[in-house]
Amino acid sequence: MTKEAISPGRGPSAVRRILGPAPLLGLLTGALACVLIERFFGQQVSDLLHLPKMPVLFGILTISKVVAGLVNALFKGAAFEGIELLQLPAAGVYFAVVYLLPLIGVGRITAGAANRAAAALARMPLPASALVHLGLMYVTLHVWAGMSDYRLITLNLTLIAVLFTLSLNIINGYMGEFSCSHPAFMAIGAYISSLFTVGLFVDDKVLGKALVAMPMDYLTFPLALILGGGAAAAGALIIAIPSFKTRGDYLAIISLAFLFIVKSLFENLQVLGGARGIAGQPDWATLPVIFAVVVLGIWIINNFVTSTLGKALNAVRDDETAAEAMTVNTRRVKMTAFLVGAFWAGVAGGLLAHVLRYINPAMFGVQKLAEVLAMVYFGGLNSVYGSIVGAVSISLLGEALRPLEILKWIFIPLLLILVMIYRPTGLVAFRDFDLRKAMGPRTDSRPKV
Amino acid sequence: MNLNFFMQNLINALQWGSFYALIALGYSMVYSILMLFNFAHGDIFMVGAYIGLGVSLVLLKIVGSGAAALVPGWVVLVATILISMFLTAFVGIIVERVGYRPLRDAPRASAAITGLMIGIILETSNILFLGGQRLAFPQLIESQTYNLGGVFITNKKIMIVLVSIGLMTTLHQFVTRSRWGMAMRAMAYDFVVVPLVGVPLNTIAVMTFAIGSALAAAAGILFGLAYPVLDPYMGVSFGWKAFVAAILGGRGSIMGACIAGFMLGFIEIMTVPGIQIVNRLFELNIGSNLRDLIAYSIVLAILVFRPHGLFGEPYSAKLRL
Repeated sequence: MTKEAISPGRGPSAVRRILGPAPLLGLLTGALACVLIERFFGQQVSDLLHLPKMPVLFGILTISKVVAGLVNALFKGAAFEGIELLQLPAAGVYFAVVYLLPLIGVGRITAGAANRAAAALARMPLPASALVHLGLMYVTLHVWAGMSDYRLITLNLTLIAVLFTLSLNIINGYMGEFSCSHPAFMAIGAYISSLFTVGLFVDDKVLGKALVAMPMDYLTFPLALILGGGAAAAGALIIAIPSFKTRGDYLAIISLAFLFIVKSLFENLQVLGGARGIAGQPDWATLPVIFAVVVLGIWIINNFVTSTLGKALNAVRDDETAAEAMTVNTRRVKMTAFLVGAFWAGVAGGLLAHVLRYINPAMFGVQKLAEVLAMVYFGGLNSVYGSIVGAVSISLLGEALRPLEILKWIFIPLLLILVMIYRPTGLVAFRDFDLRKAMGPRTDSRPKV
Repeated sequence: MNLNFFMQNLINALQWGSFYALIALGYSMVYSILMLFNFAHGDIFMVGAYIGLGVSLVLLKIVGSGAAALVPGWVVLVATILISMFLTAFVGIIVERVGYRPLRDAPRASAAITGLMIGIILETSNILFLGGQRLAFPQLIESQTYNLGGVFITNKKIMIVLVSIGLMTTLHQFVTRSRWGMAMRAMAYDFVVVPLVGVPLNTIAVMTFAIGSALAAAAGILFGLAYPVLDPYMGVSFGWKAFVAAILGGRGSIMGACIAGFMLGFIEIMTVPGIQIVNRLFELNIGSNLRDLIAYSIVLAILVFRPHGLFGEPYSAKLRL
């Protein structure tokens, strides 16, 4: 039953009313049109609007830069020219001209054709339809990120954050524990995969000369990621086994202690570079690789949480005794959840190490924990959509508010507090990720008058 | 290792542990009433230390310092501790109003997130208003060192340990002897039924936050006396470790939090000489910066074998998550 059907008085949401009956396919086409327009005419538009340069993050960055300038002028007496204020409406106009209007226009114009195409795709097997959508999405992201290196790194880190957040949502959202050890799993994954790639293929001061020289060595990258994920999963056993006996706060502490132990271990292992860490990872984590791994991760995790075993996670969360009485093997469920969550956190760590091409133990501390917890609880518990929304919005917000410097750390926590007060389980909690419905045609979902 | 060396470290451990114990009390008390952890508590400790700094500077300005002072240093110190405890209690009350009261019926993890976020806001505001550099805490009393048969004790160490034990005893008396303490104990026993018989949950919750924050402020000032450098992130590492101590002692157990706080301090201080001994005995070369690793491994081992902490009740169905 759709939300509209539950609350008859409200009708379809504002977004849906404006975009009309465009299916996901139509929206993706619209988004592709937007980025193509920006690719070929973005510079002219921004010149026309007298913006200093093309806005990188939908104009939000430009706006927060102006706000930061204003704040500095008010409180620190820095120079500020009134003409800069004109950038605020200019950024808005740029966003409307380049993104909003093409998205709505293309979405509405192609709605009929896109719905027919979506209906045709819906008759094909799900993977084929999904591949078409993903291909379109990848091309859009590729063109968007191709316009500046800053966008590329932001997009890469955001995709990794999505995978990392989702892997924590398995344990904190679906199974209802409060695990604090996820940065440790990420650290293990990052270190083990770096050990593999740097140790084998790169001359390095810490890990010595390259052991192997072979052509097309980047093909071993999946192996490195799997090794990293596997090592993280092995580390997760230390948390998973106590979780048989204890739950809630004590498990939270055990996992927190595990985080401190792993961080301290990496700080003290001089063979792994100690507190300085490992640098010089080969740059194998390109956008297509990350996109493919993250999509694969989302697909597998979604299949896992919608499977019988995944439903058992919810049973354990809601009432462990009742679940046990209903023949749920709680030990196996807990073990699987921790292993799967830690594996994907390790894979995310491996990707992170090869994007930044530098890791050190300080990156995986309590700060990282607060960040990923914020992403999980902001986006929504028990929901794949929620993790995507949480990771993308917190990452983009963090980047977009960067010019505000320290004030950023007042705005983001305040936002989170407000979300927690008004929606305590997060923005899109407890919603199933139904691909078939998301990709299907929209014609029949319009409210009947 | 001779006895003197051990005694010296034991005294250091007592001092170090009393900070943990005072902070852990705040976690534990809030937990026993609301079954929630106040993750902003470490940063309340930081705020308390800074408030203490401000209060002591103002008092020193009024009464003067050095030989020309109107009153001796210890009077200023006592006044600083009392005023800062009073002021920091309001910080705790604000945290309760903003971050915890609106979330009384929400999942527990949501309140943990608001606590973490309030902590970040407190740190950031500190950097924003005070510029983020480290500040020196004024030395209110002259440091004197006593030599007791080879063991060196400063008067500050004695004072810190005595003041913290005094505060803990006062708290214990308050909780066990007074009417409000009885209300708190009743609330800790069952916070669903007890409000039905007329004990106001909100008042008790506010009081708990206030007392916990006041104790954290006392810990902050004592910390400032022992290690006279304050920085905005001092609450993060201390707070998480005191949180570990609170859990180790057993959720909601005041006595447990004190003992576990001292124990954690003891473990942390004693690992360094312990490693030295192991190195000397087996001719190894283990670095002494493994302190965190060893301390938390011990904590982990204790919790694996005693999952409900040292003095806590076993896991019960009463817990809401």
